[in-house]
This record gives sequence, C-alpha cells and structure tokens, in this order.
Amino acid sequence: MSVSIEDNLAEAKRIKYEAGVWVERQDGRALCDEEKAEFEAWLDASTAHRVAYWRADAAWSSANRLSALRAIETPRGESRLRRLWPLLTRAIAGAFAAALLVGGAAYYFPRDSEQTYATATGEHRAIALEDGTKITLNTDTVLHASLTRRERLIRLDHGEAFFQVKHETDRPFIVMVAGHKVTDLGTKFLIRADSGELEVALMEGRARLDTVDSWLQQHSAVMVPGDVVMATGNSLSRVTQTVREMNNALGWQRGVIVFYRTPLSEAAAEFNRYNKEKIVIASTSLRALPINGTLAANDPQQFARVLRNLFNIQAQTRGEEIVISR
Amino acid sequence: MDTKPDQGMFADGDAAAVRRWFVREVLPLEAALTQFLRRLRRNKDDVDDLCQDVYVRVCEAALKEIPRSAKSFVFTVARNLVLDEMRREHIVPIDAASDLELLGIAAETPAPDQSVIAREELRLLQAALDDLPPRCREAVVMRKIEDLSRREIAARMNIAEKTVSRHITEGICALADAFYGGLAEERRQA
Repeated sequence: MSVSIEDNLAEAKRIKYEAGVWVERQDGRALCDEEKAEFEAWLDASTAHRVAYWRADAAWSSANRLSALRAIETPRGESRLRRLWPLLTRAIAGAFAAALLVGGAAYYFPRDSEQTYATATGEHRAIALEDGTKITLNTDTVLHASLTRRERLIRLDHGEAFFQVKHETDRPFIVMVAGHKVTDLGTKFLIRADSGELEVALMEGRARLDTVDSWLQQHSAVMVPGDVVMATGNSLSRVTQTVREMNNALGWQRGVIVFYRTPLSEAAAEFNRYNKEKIVIASTSLRALPINGTLAANDPQQFARVLRNLFNIQAQTRGEEIVISR
Repeated sequence: MDTKPDQGMFADGDAAAVRRWFVREVLPLEAALTQFLRRLRRNKDDVDDLCQDVYVRVCEAALKEIPRSAKSFVFTVARNLVLDEMRREHIVPIDAASDLELLGIAAETPAPDQSVIAREELRLLQAALDDLPPRCREAVVMRKIEDLSRREIAARMNIAEKTVSRHITEGICALADAFYGGLAEERRQA
C-alpha cells in the first residue's frame, strides 16, 4: 500500500513546495475549472501529495493568528543578523591547529606542589583548576597538575582528557604526555594516550605540539581545522575529521559512546575501555559489521540486547564476558 | 508492498475525517517524529522523506479506521519503517533501537495545558516569520497580517504579481516547517 522509500528519496521537499503552490493559489480566491481539475489530479496522484497539502494548508490557516501580532511588529532584518552569531561562533569553534616541536625532558620531574587526579574504569570526572581551566577525565586516566607562577603544567600518565583552558599570556598551559609536549594558546583540546600512542584533537583556539622521536629527531606539524595528530614513538600522522566526528569522540563526556559506520570489532573494543564486563566477538564474520548509534557507555548489556533483537545475533553472558556470535 | 495508492481513494466522505484527525492529532507530533527519525538519517532531506513516508502510511491506514491513539500509532509506523531501513542497510542504529524501547514511556507523558500550547504556537509562528528572507517576509506580512491583495502587494513592493505569489509560496513552506517542528527542533539543538 505504501510507496517504497527508495522511490521517494529527496522527493518530500519538492512535494512540500508543490503543496505550497496549491495553498497559495487558493488563498483568498477560488480556482477556475481548469485549475480545479489540475489540482484534483495532483491530489489523486499520490497520498504524499494529499498529506503535504493538508499540512501546508493547516499551517497557513494557523498563521491567521499572526494578525494578533500586528501591534508588536519587530523591525525587519535585525533579528536575522542576531541569529547569525551563534553560527559564526560555532564555525570558529571548529577551527583547530597544532604543531610538533622538541619535547622538554625537564618537565618530566615531579613537582612538590603537584595534585594527582585519577579515574577508575568506567568513571568520568570533571575537575576545575584554580586558574579556571576545566579538565574532564575519561575512563582509566591518571594525570598530575602543578600550577606555579611561571607555568601551568599537566602530566598525563595514561588515559584520555578533554581540556578547556583559560588562556594566560604570561603563564603557559603545558601538557606533557609520553615524551610529547602540548602548549596551549587558549584552547579546547582532547588528548588520548594509549599504549605509547598519542592522539591530540583540537576543537578551538590554537596549540603547539612538540615531540621528539626515538632517534632524537624533532618533529613539528601545523594542523588545519578538523585535523587530529597522532604520534607514536617514531612517527607522526595527521587525519582530518569533521567537527561532528570530533564531537562524537567527546561523547564520553555525556556518558555515551557514539558510533558512525564503525566495525563491530572496534565498537566492542571502545566499549571494553569503559567496562569490566568485556564484549568478545566470537564469529569473525561479524567483526566488520558496520554500526551506527549512540549508547550508554556503562551498559554493554543494552548493546548486546540490541544486537540480539535486531539481527538475531547471539549474545551470551559468560561470567565477565558477553560473547557475540552468529 | 510497493503498489501506488488507488486513484481517488480519498474521494469519499471519510477523507474529511482523516484530514481533521491528521491536522489535529498527527501534525503536532512532527517535532518529536523528526527528532526520532533523525537518529537514523542525519541529512535533513532524508528525514523529510522518511517523515513523509510515515504520514502516507498513517493516513492510508486511517482511511480504514482512525486509530484510537495517534501518538502510539504514528510511532509504531515510524518504528517499523526504521527497522525496515536498518535491516536493509545492515547497520545497527543503537540509539534508534533504545529509543524504541523508551517510546512506550514517552507516549504516556501528559499533554501540556491548552493555553501553553496556544502561546507556544504563536511564539513559533513569530519566530518562523522572523526567519523568512526579507522580501518573502514582507510579502507574507502584507498578505497575512495587513490582509492586502496580491495586486496591492505587487504595487507596494514594485514587483510582478507572479513574484508575490512565489514569495508567499515560499513563506507557506517555511512557516509549515517551522510551525510543525523543523525549526523549533533545530533551535533546540543549536
């Protein structure tokens, strides 16, 4: 009975416009016989036409109530400009840059005034430093903060943290991680350190990333908006991400994980970062199955349930493991 | 499944009842419906297409019998549509599935006070009007608020009557999208 989705793709917009044309033609005047026949034929051509017409006509009739606003007309143009600002600021927020330079070994020695912050597996924690900088720690993360008069120094032992730095011209904000040094110039950035690998994603502002490889060669790279720099002991690579992908990577801040066409095996690995209960993919044929979606980081059972209900994929709990199989 | 609807299937008196029901009960759900569909399709055009498909299925079913609860019926149709798409694409939209679990709860939320709805509607209309392109807005204001004829509007704006009609058509489309949820939804996300 219904029209298939494929036939309809990108059609709704056109049909809505046609419906608008018919509402306009009948607004405050009657159709002539010829127009009437044309209109009837258009309506009968598909239920989608009829429904779109009902919708447009109902909206236009509701707009009669706008006459109540006659007295409180706002000046033209002004409100549009005001609405542009959030768009502009969002565009700026997407901007992102970083460079790699020589790491400073001196920063590695612990300081007396140092504070240590840590999260357990599955835990998130937001901390506010006394300078107004906010740091959000993801699961299984340890970092040390030491604020002196000359500089603000963070050492990230392992894990992942999102920084929203309050810029101070004469007191740099420095993050040391696995031999790399990130110097902030008023930024929001995400750092993840995973078994010798470092990933830095900058959301806003500017930052400089200094590093030295195992042959003591120094590396530097300037990133353009949307870039993510990944550094291992001896290599540097750069990928470009959309702002959306970058926000997905920050999903954990809201306690969720976001997947977009992610292979099931990667999704499971991501999940396992947060939970003691580990997901194991037993059938190799399932490893590449792409998945989309947002789910609670702390609920692997929900993930298993969805796979089971939707695709008749087996999900069995055995002790601390959830085994996924065909 | 893919057959076109019968010609003139809405020609009898039942169509008027379905139309009243659709406008009163179904259209106010559009904001929630598009938000739900957006979990599956990020592209706005695709969401519009899915939404249209839900409306078509809902209205064709309502011709036989008008469902008792519009909300649960609309979301059941949407859910089936989403599940079909998910199976076809071999993609697991987990949030969509978990939302489906939550729908039963969402359907029980009490309806807001009528006066609140009326005020909210007026606010939405005003916002939609503000958002129209300047010339389009000008034409809509003269037609709807000042109740001028197309000829008078054409003379005041120094444009052809045909152009006035085009501006108003665009205004109708934009107001419908804003009023039934598109714009309100985008704002909430912004």
